Amino acid sequence: MGTSFGRGGATTFQQDLQHSDCIVIMGSNMAENHPVGFQWVMEARERGAQVIHVDPRFTRTSAVATKHVPIRAGSDIAFLGGIIHYILENERAFKEYVVNYTNASVILREDFKDSEDLDGFFSGWHADTNGYTFETWQYKDMDMHGSAGQREDHSLLAKVPAFSQKVDALKNGEPPHMDKTLQDPRCVYQVLKRHYARYTPETVARICGTEPQHVIDVAEALCANSGRERTSAFCYSVAWTQHTTGVQTIRGAAIIQLLLGNIGRPGGGILALRGHASIQGSTDIPTLFNLLPGYVPMPHAHAHDGLKDFIQSEGAKTGYWGNMDKYIVSLLKAWFGERATEKNDFCFDLLPRISGDHSTYRSIMGMLDGKVKGFFCIGENPAVGSANSGLHRRAMANLEWLVVRDFSEIESASFWYDAPEIETGELRTESIPTEVFWMPAAAHTEKDGSFTNTQRLLQWHHKAVEPQGDARSDLWFYYHLGKRIREKIAQQQEPFSDPVAFLTWNYPEKGETADPDAQAVLREINGWDASGKALSDYNALKADGSTACGCWIYCGCFKDEVNQTARRKPGSEQSWVAPEWAWAWPANRRIIYNRASADPQGKPWSERKKYVWWDDEIGGWTGHDVPDFNKTKRPDYTPETGAKAEDAIAGWHPFIMQDDGLGWLFVPAGIVDGPLPVYYEPHESPVKNPLYSQQANPCRQEFPRTFNESNPSPSDAHGNVFPFVLHTYRLTEHHTAGGMSRTVPRLSELQPEFFCEVSPELAQMRGLVHGDWAMIFTARAVVEARVMVTDRVKPMRVEGKTLHSVGLPYHWGSRGLVTGDSANDLLSITLDPNVHIQETKGLTCDIIAGRRPRGADVPGFLNAVRTRAHLDGRT
Amino acid sequence: MNDRALWPVLRQAGGKDPLALGAAAKSQKTADWKARINDAKVVKSICPYCAVGCGQKVFVKDEKIVQIEGDPDSPISRGRLCPKGSATLSLVQSPLREYNVKYRRPYGTRWEDLPLERAMEMIADRVLKTRRETWEAKDEEGNTLNRCYGIAHLGGATLDNEENYLMKKIYTALGVVQVENQARL
Repeated sequence: MGTSFGRGGATTFQQDLQHSDCIVIMGSNMAENHPVGFQWVMEARERGAQVIHVDPRFTRTSAVATKHVPIRAGSDIAFLGGIIHYILENERAFKEYVVNYTNASVILREDFKDSEDLDGFFSGWHADTNGYTFETWQYKDMDMHGSAGQREDHSLLAKVPAFSQKVDALKNGEPPHMDKTLQDPRCVYQVLKRHYARYTPETVARICGTEPQHVIDVAEALCANSGRERTSAFCYSVAWTQHTTGVQTIRGAAIIQLLLGNIGRPGGGILALRGHASIQGSTDIPTLFNLLPGYVPMPHAHAHDGLKDFIQSEGAKTGYWGNMDKYIVSLLKAWFGERATEKNDFCFDLLPRISGDHSTYRSIMGMLDGKVKGFFCIGENPAVGSANSGLHRRAMANLEWLVVRDFSEIESASFWYDAPEIETGELRTESIPTEVFWMPAAAHTEKDGSFTNTQRLLQWHHKAVEPQGDARSDLWFYYHLGKRIREKIAQQQEPFSDPVAFLTWNYPEKGETADPDAQAVLREINGWDASGKALSDYNALKADGSTACGCWIYCGCFKDEVNQTARRKPGSEQSWVAPEWAWAWPANRRIIYNRASADPQGKPWSERKKYVWWDDEIGGWTGHDVPDFNKTKRPDYTPETGAKAEDAIAGWHPFIMQDDGLGWLFVPAGIVDGPLPVYYEPHESPVKNPLYSQQANPCRQEFPRTFNESNPSPSDAHGNVFPFVLHTYRLTEHHTAGGMSRTVPRLSELQPEFFCEVSPELAQMRGLVHGDWAMIFTARAVVEARVMVTDRVKPMRVEGKTLHSVGLPYHWGSRGLVTGDSANDLLSITLDPNVHIQETKGLTCDIIAGRRPRGADVPGFLNAVRTRAHLDGRT
Repeated sequence: MNDRALWPVLRQAGGKDPLALGAAAKSQKTADWKARINDAKVVKSICPYCAVGCGQKVFVKDEKIVQIEGDPDSPISRGRLCPKGSATLSLVQSPLREYNVKYRRPYGTRWEDLPLERAMEMIADRVLKTRRETWEAKDEEGNTLNRCYGIAHLGGATLDNEENYLMKKIYTALGVVQVENQARL
């Protein structure tokens, strides 16, 4: 979403779904995995909205939807392409919105070639490096920047230096070449039309294993429920992201929502449904290798790597990223305090440099290769929860030391004596060098702190009781570990110790355990001005070192010295926007890009969809929400050519984070695998790509090595050895790898056993009996599960072939109140090239009746499987 | 409260509640019963499972949590909790929770006890040792790296923002770049 709109967060909030006229839930089983949020979908349905569920399985979400469309796992881009095709061919786009608020009218360069011209590739492909260079994707006579945090990966994967930009080219706030009639053959709208010409209902139905009429019905429902008077929303979760084409799938939805004018408006938007209490928060304040807080990129190893170079190459000159200098300098002031001065580039040189992909799967490879020696595993259970969990266990068995912090002894702490590899004899306890520290963690009821939920809302939870025994918060752990390390560094010689020594690391300590004050940390995240007063919003940030701010997008969460995230004015006493319940980033805005809820002149598109509008009397924007726009910038404000930062954004351009203020139908920068989504088969698929001779995403990240072999696909020889589609998912009663549910008696009782869902047809074919055992295997592993025969899973006709699938919930492991094999052992580590997320939906497998081999027989069994697939230890 | 003095059967036969589903079935004893959350302190919280962000009310009596319920004030959840959220009390009081540090030495075959302070000291030493041993000052082309490549971190996404912030801050200062979380998964 960052690439299309400018920010990597849900554009709307859950309660607003009640105002949708049509909700498409795709890549998500919302009723089972976000049951309480789903009440807002039900509210909308009660008011007459259509609720459409597009999903391979018939789930409880499908049961209450007004329409369920089954499609093949991994074929989402084709299905979304079918909807886009329908909108364009029938001229159903919301013309006034599209012309003014998106880059539909922008003229592209002559040398841009589409994937339709080059059989699945765009111009700029380099087969030798398996990546793209991006010049040809740019606007004519203007180079754009991707939204920050996503731009650096470019240069990494394509192995080209970041290019310098020419955004000064904006003429009075508009890209230099546009055709507002949308007729020019080089304009984005016409490029889009040609790109999607082949995604007809018939073709899409053939790829997805569905009926052409379903494609038409869903597209028509969306078109009929979009425009001035009506709005439609999309909800998705990890069944969209966990693919080698995850980012491009979300791009598909973004294109639809921009064409139909549904972004920034009530009842519209794209709601990313995240699975963990603070998963949004952990990307905003990122424990991610490529980001600093607030989506500021981590600096790269370059020849010219001073602060000025960084701001020059990472900050756009126009749009809100034009203030990159203020964000990074304020961050450095928060971290290095008085040590950070203008003279020393505010200690910018003290930050480490990245050079390539350092994501978690890369770290696992580093452990296997002996390069990564120490590992902190904090509230996470990769021995069960990560793709190819067997490889993770082998990796952890090759460490020097490991710290695991959790409520109980999870599989990632116990692998050295009870991993499945110990049972098979492949690992021996006495031969595992890993020194393990298992440390008890405090629960959320035992500490103060804030979670950022799926709608960018920071909500404070208060400590109710003290943790028992040695249990401590992670805040305590890192604060005291940092204190110790700083004491040691002050006394002994260490390489490059300044960053540690200079760090501001003084937080008030509370109680017997000397717990650091979480509110003081939140206040640092919010930031303060030169007089030490808490800042009220990010517009107050300065680049001269007079302000400090730990995360610029969170600036304002401690406004007026009040912990805004702890606000709890009851919802019943407020409008549905509930602006006084907790605090949302940015600047407490609940629907972002909400300038788009008014027409170019600033008037609401309709009385029914009124949200934020221009009020001439007060000379500013007003409405139900905080305007996501400069409050006093007139709708007809025309920037001077050469204007900088937000001053360069025209009064009618709502996407203020983008260089040009427009929603990007076509992404000229910030994405590595193409400016438009292209249909590729999953990395492992029983089907040959019906559209292009390029089978799978050519940019996907692979890790070919022993224990991570890939099942062959049809274009390879022996592509039929794994004939069935495999996908994994979650159950209402469990939570990911089970650390917070297999330890809970009531939840374990409700879902005690690992099972596989198969259709009656597949059951008959393979002699599977409901309630009996089956073993499921891939090139990586074999697991056993109870058989659940159900007609909720249907075989599909794809390219004239009947395709069966096996569905597996992935919550089990060797420990806890209920145990079972881990479905994640079956998966391969193959990743989306933009965000390095693994493919867990739509791989291949085989299934046979009976229990799996045990102990030393397992390696022999798998070797035989690999030999049949002619893998011989290679991919 | 006059009718409380009578026998229940008389209240049922003679009163306005012939089915004994209301007033007739009540007695002084039932009137004296109190909910276990009565007199408990209410602490406002947020559900730790998924990212819907339901409001929770944590009831505390004698420094012990006695109940966790949905918070009707929350505009998102309006008092509701799902099966996981409803089981939060069982989560924080799980029979499998442990409260003491455990240590497995290299090539060891069993867990050993280790005082918390000692564990903290040992971990700090391990961090500095690995940092020293795997320090990368420059790459092959002479570009500055200033990082420690031998340490990696993987965190869950039920951690607080404040915790993530301190982690990122100290790791970055130490030069640890392989800092990752569940959001990647």
